[in-house]
Amino acid sequence: MKISLTVNGEACEVDVSNNTLLVDILRTHLGLTGTHVGCDTSQCGACTVHVDGRAIKACTVIAPQADGMNVTTIEGIGTPDDLHPMQEAFRECHALQCGFCTPGMIMQAIDLVENNDNLDNRSIREGLEGNLCRCTGYHNIVRAIQSVADGG
Amino acid sequence: MYQFNYHKPESVGEARSLFQDADDPMYLSGGMTLIPTMKQRLAAPTDLIDLSGIPEMTGIDVSGGKVTIGAFTPHNLVADSAQVRGTLPVLAEVAGLIGDNQVRNRGTIGGSVANSDPAADYPAAVVGLGADVVTESRTISGDDFFKDLFETELKPGEIITKIEFPVPTRAAYRKFPNPASRYAVVGVLIADFDGTIRVGVTGAGPCAFRASGIEEVLNDNLDPAALDGVEVPDAGFNSDLHASAEYRAHLVKVMAKRALEDLLNG
Repeated sequence: MKISLTVNGEACEVDVSNNTLLVDILRTHLGLTGTHVGCDTSQCGACTVHVDGRAIKACTVIAPQADGMNVTTIEGIGTPDDLHPMQEAFRECHALQCGFCTPGMIMQAIDLVENNDNLDNRSIREGLEGNLCRCTGYHNIVRAIQSVADGG
Repeated sequence: MYQFNYHKPESVGEARSLFQDADDPMYLSGGMTLIPTMKQRLAAPTDLIDLSGIPEMTGIDVSGGKVTIGAFTPHNLVADSAQVRGTLPVLAEVAGLIGDNQVRNRGTIGGSVANSDPAADYPAAVVGLGADVVTESRTISGDDFFKDLFETELKPGEIITKIEFPVPTRAAYRKFPNPASRYAVVGVLIADFDGTIRVGVTGAGPCAFRASGIEEVLNDNLDPAALDGVEVPDAGFNSDLHASAEYRAHLVKVMAKRALEDLLNG
């Protein structure tokens, strides 16, 4: 089936089978490999992208559902020369070890900060329930998100 | 995931007739359980009927002493709704405790309730608050809705369109979440309707149920200490690698006590 969707502000059309996952459309068909596949069972959050500004897991959306969606991936939030404030904070706080979970962490962190006031250590950790860091490097991730939530 | 035919009806009636004409169809709501299940090939419907294109199935209405949630309404819309928080805060709290943020942005109340997962949160609210589950053809009392593990009163092809929650004087929900999945190992919702107590339990048994023994005790004496002497029988309770039936029975009492403390202090 042909589906049309907007990815990082650009209109895209792909011809895929019904059972293709959104994450595979992004990675395989559109070449946006910043969105990762970790567990492929909707637990780890490495595939987190934004749909209409809210974080979702791209491994748990099938192609026909993605038709007409407005998707933002990690590639769409900043550039190497002009990082998104959350990317800048992750760099500043060294909020990554192997980096595999980082794109999903950043996408979820942006949703968290945009949709919650008065974030503290506990609420940030609870907000990361759907994202796993297999290096267990949560401490600096929480620090990075806290710094953005605090406005700097 | 096996191949399937995909349909996106624009009305409940169209969805029903698509269901009738298909070989082995399933309705798709948020897909937070169904899609992972299909990926594991534990479900292989010939036809998926996507309910996302039916506008009247999404939305929140607070009127006539009731809070009505459209079946396709995602959990975060309920959790963040100022109307729900103002009128029936316990429902917003239950919604906000489901899964994780990404799941709450996609998963829907109708999907959760129709699935009757033994560890889902919403069923505790449906039972504990005595909600009405409304389908295209009838209204099913929350007391009669959940039948067994993944089994409900719904007939094949029947679609939940909305769920109507009565507003209690006060209510509270406490759950003991599985630390990995956030599913309820046990969750207890206690509601006080002008002195009449209802207690809904999820996670403990094959499906959500009313804890009538606890209700009886609390109707006589609305005091957490009154629960000390209550026996929660574990017959038929779930027993798995997360918790034994005996431990779940213990948790029912502990969560009920904590929920009651919240209710009294709320």
